[in-house]
Amino acid sequence: MTQSANTVETDWLVVGGGVVGTSLAYGLVRAGERVCLLDEGDDAFRAARGNFGLVWVQSKGAGSPAYARWTVDAAAAWPAFAAELAERTGVDVELSQIGGLVMCLDDAELTERTNVLASIRADLGGDYPFEVLDHRALRELVPQVGPCVAGALYGPLDGHLNPLRLLRALVQAFQAGGGTLCAGERVAGIERLADGFLATAGAKVFRSRHIVLAAGLGNRALAPMVGLQAPVQPNRGQVLVTERVQPFLRHPSLYVRQTGEGVVQIGDSKEDVGFDDNTTLSELSRIAARALKCFPLLEGINIVRTWGALRVMSPDGLPIYQASASCPGAFVVTCHSGITLAALHAGALVHWLRGGPEPGPLKAFKAERFDVQAH
Amino acid sequence: MFKHIEGGDTRARVRLQFDGRPIEARAGDSVALALLQGGCIPFRTTPVSGAPRAPLCLMGVCFECLLEVDGRANVQGCMVEVRDGMQVRRQEGARDAIGGER
Repeated sequence: MTQSANTVETDWLVVGGGVVGTSLAYGLVRAGERVCLLDEGDDAFRAARGNFGLVWVQSKGAGSPAYARWTVDAAAAWPAFAAELAERTGVDVELSQIGGLVMCLDDAELTERTNVLASIRADLGGDYPFEVLDHRALRELVPQVGPCVAGALYGPLDGHLNPLRLLRALVQAFQAGGGTLCAGERVAGIERLADGFLATAGAKVFRSRHIVLAAGLGNRALAPMVGLQAPVQPNRGQVLVTERVQPFLRHPSLYVRQTGEGVVQIGDSKEDVGFDDNTTLSELSRIAARALKCFPLLEGINIVRTWGALRVMSPDGLPIYQASASCPGAFVVTCHSGITLAALHAGALVHWLRGGPEPGPLKAFKAERFDVQAH
Repeated sequence: MFKHIEGGDTRARVRLQFDGRPIEARAGDSVALALLQGGCIPFRTTPVSGAPRAPLCLMGVCFECLLEVDGRANVQGCMVEVRDGMQVRRQEGARDAIGGER
């Protein structure tokens, strides 16, 4: 092959084919841009394929009103976004936002979580709905709940969807809109040109006016190539899924949800174990035991699959959205909640990438906040 | 359809029921084999589309032979030996979770 056959020219190069990258890439083609999306390979750590599928509001943004507001707005944008994806692709992402639960096994946990939600509500000037359910009230909403659950926090804005269907819908919508997906491309280096960037991936070279880094954990190494920083770390979560059973649980909860096709998905752990996405019997047992306390009827249900996946966590758990000052046209986007935030990423964030005004909350999501302060 | 190879098999006969229908099997056979021999296809219907299914691998891997055995849902028919008086039912779609059989 000649050099030119190995060179792809585009206006926007999005690095990362997960939910964050595909949301941005789809948003860009929807806005009429010429976009090339690079997806690494099946050996990449794919949070987009291992996550729990929650569209989750409650407890996000304790101590960060900007993140709480951003999350509330993102959840509110979901119904229209899901309808739009269904219309463009025929893929039903199984979105349900009828309210979610966080089960608490004792009163201390219920009180602690209530206090967190109360502080977020105060931060947002009271505009933050939630209810504290004692055991009796919880049982009215979810009759299958176990006797040793003290109560639950009910967040009416919370919901869930099928994350694999979402990823497929985003890719289809991106391609149907004229976007180019290049799979199996791992970016090794990025060079700055006078009028854009040159990204090298294997034998291929991608020339683009703009570059958006949405490579999850890969952003850590890529961001400094264009004058940005993304100090993200992996955090492992383990998940179990059961055989399909008749619907019994309409409301998603933080640790147990039933999918649209009947599978019960059970999570999760939070483990600092580096780039290790294996499962461990000890964590799976602990997760299963907690789920059994919440829902004793799961005792007779078969587990059919377990897996581990790596969250993409910044030091404070909040997103990083940043334009490069030294390399205009380069951006980094990373967050833990790619599902919840997808509609805003495709909409408001893309508007900003294309030169529109920066959404208010974004000021709180710059990487400088991690710089060490001298004492 | 499926038949035992003629001759020489002196194993005891075992009687089970599939959806109330009597099926004769031989001691030591798996439930899946006994039902294949009895022409009990399909074994199950799928939870999402309701498609009919029957055993594929007969070695515990494919999960296509799921049945309700003595009140237990989603049992792999190829991994359970026949017993006299066993009550087997077709697994219709997704199993019940509420009041599920233990």
